[in-house]
Amino acid sequence: MPITPEDTVRWIRRIAVVLHENREYLTQLDSPIGDGDHGINMDRGFKAVIDKLPTVANMDIGSILKTVGTTLVSTVGGASGPLYGTAFLRASMATSGKHELYEADVVHMLEAALEGVKARGKAQPGEKTMVDALTPALAAMKEAEQQNAGLARLLRRGSDAAEAGMKATIPLLATKGRASYLGERSVGHQDPGATSSWLMLKALADTCA
Amino acid sequence: MKKLINSPESVVSDALAGMQALHPELLRVVRVDADNQIIVRADAPVRGKVGLISGGGSGHEPMHGGFVGYGMLDAACPGAVFTSPVPDQMLAATKAVDGGAGVLHIVKNYTGDVLNFEMAAELAEAEGIQVASIVTNDDVAVQDSLYTAGRRGVGVTVLLEKIVGGLAEGGASLAHVADLARKVNDHGRSMGMALTSCTVPAAGKPTFELPDDEMEIGIGIHGEPGRRRVKLAHASEVTEMLATPIIEDLGLKAGERVLAFVNGMGGTPLIELYVVASELAKILKSRDVTIARSLVGSYITSLEMAGCSITLLRLDDELTRYWDAPVHTPALRWGM
Repeated sequence: MPITPEDTVRWIRRIAVVLHENREYLTQLDSPIGDGDHGINMDRGFKAVIDKLPTVANMDIGSILKTVGTTLVSTVGGASGPLYGTAFLRASMATSGKHELYEADVVHMLEAALEGVKARGKAQPGEKTMVDALTPALAAMKEAEQQNAGLARLLRRGSDAAEAGMKATIPLLATKGRASYLGERSVGHQDPGATSSWLMLKALADTCA
Repeated sequence: MKKLINSPESVVSDALAGMQALHPELLRVVRVDADNQIIVRADAPVRGKVGLISGGGSGHEPMHGGFVGYGMLDAACPGAVFTSPVPDQMLAATKAVDGGAGVLHIVKNYTGDVLNFEMAAELAEAEGIQVASIVTNDDVAVQDSLYTAGRRGVGVTVLLEKIVGGLAEGGASLAHVADLARKVNDHGRSMGMALTSCTVPAAGKPTFELPDDEMEIGIGIHGEPGRRRVKLAHASEVTEMLATPIIEDLGLKAGERVLAFVNGMGGTPLIELYVVASELAKILKSRDVTIARSLVGSYITSLEMAGCSITLLRLDDELTRYWDAPVHTPALRWGM
């Protein structure tokens, strides 16, 4: 069963719910190494996305994701707005005109999103950012695709790899974003951006389980 | 935490309504969309003049909205508290102030501000508006290396907006205005410290914990912790801790002249800022550096944080001339 536009809308709605539920948690993670607003900003952005969803609900997947991206850019601010906005805009370009996403399409979509984040943020793996959750997720999905694991398992393995990548940010020294100002004091904290990235991929796996 | 607000959600728009109500001769508050507004100089766009826009999270007042007016900014883009504004605001501001001579984006070096201004500049250029950008990065508390996002933009931003505003008012080209902006940034350094944390209205509790007998040295302006935490000390020692790295980084030599800017973080009274100013004057005198111009007060703040920052700007005749040029904004006014 491929991912349909209806699934995409359910995925986005689930992200909004999950980010709202984790608003305090993300903000707590952001307080010691950032400026304590990641949960607040992401919650505000996805609330605005939910308001816009009815206008694109019957369109192709690319159009839905494009609306998510432009709305995040226009409402979130901070670093997360341009980074997640760019991720969804690149994902929308990779899924433009499509009404069904199969395994290879999902891999292609995440690859485009990750490339967008790396280009916009000039970030590489190992710098304690969302890239550290997305990179292993993409690798796990590619492997699952080669093994013909099926879409549901591919999404779950991607989500699990993102979770492992997120936890692996704890001992890292931040070299990008506001956390980098702390130097050694950033070590020992889980990156909030990697955490929200995992929550989004987990929401996709849960939607298509 | 007690705050003099109506609600955390409305604090930015309520404050903007106050600016609109009390300074209609200087500026107008323009709505971009349901969530976002910008502050535009009353007579913008000024024909043939380079437009200067800046922006950043709210909570640093009077920066940037309080610096909109004659001789300084043409527009300011306020984000949510401590959160960069969005590209839609910067694009709207760029269009509103473009008098045909191009627009300079004055950006403080924070990842969010830089990314959003980059997206806005791309959009503005696609619409045929000439845009140049200056990213301020004067905070010596942050090591400028491959391992950080680079030095933060802090106190020099205020001085730059004033000085470059003075040049732009005379009809200089975008390239000339951008050159002077780079020069101001290169000639200035800052460092700050905090006695207390601050509370983002929407968060409702202090961003970090700071015991009664400790202080943070090397803080930024978003309630982010500093480089190190030390025991509380006398103002003379604190001033030394801030001034020495600045002087050394700038390479200030005997006989040079500076603009000394002693800035309050929002919760420190002027009497304490003048205590710091007095210590700073002693330090500079001992090094035979002359304070030729000064600014003392709370101009780039971090909500109600108690603490201060020091900025030193190496002056020459050009920078002094444009610092002295007439300015009329809600927060700075002289010469007119």
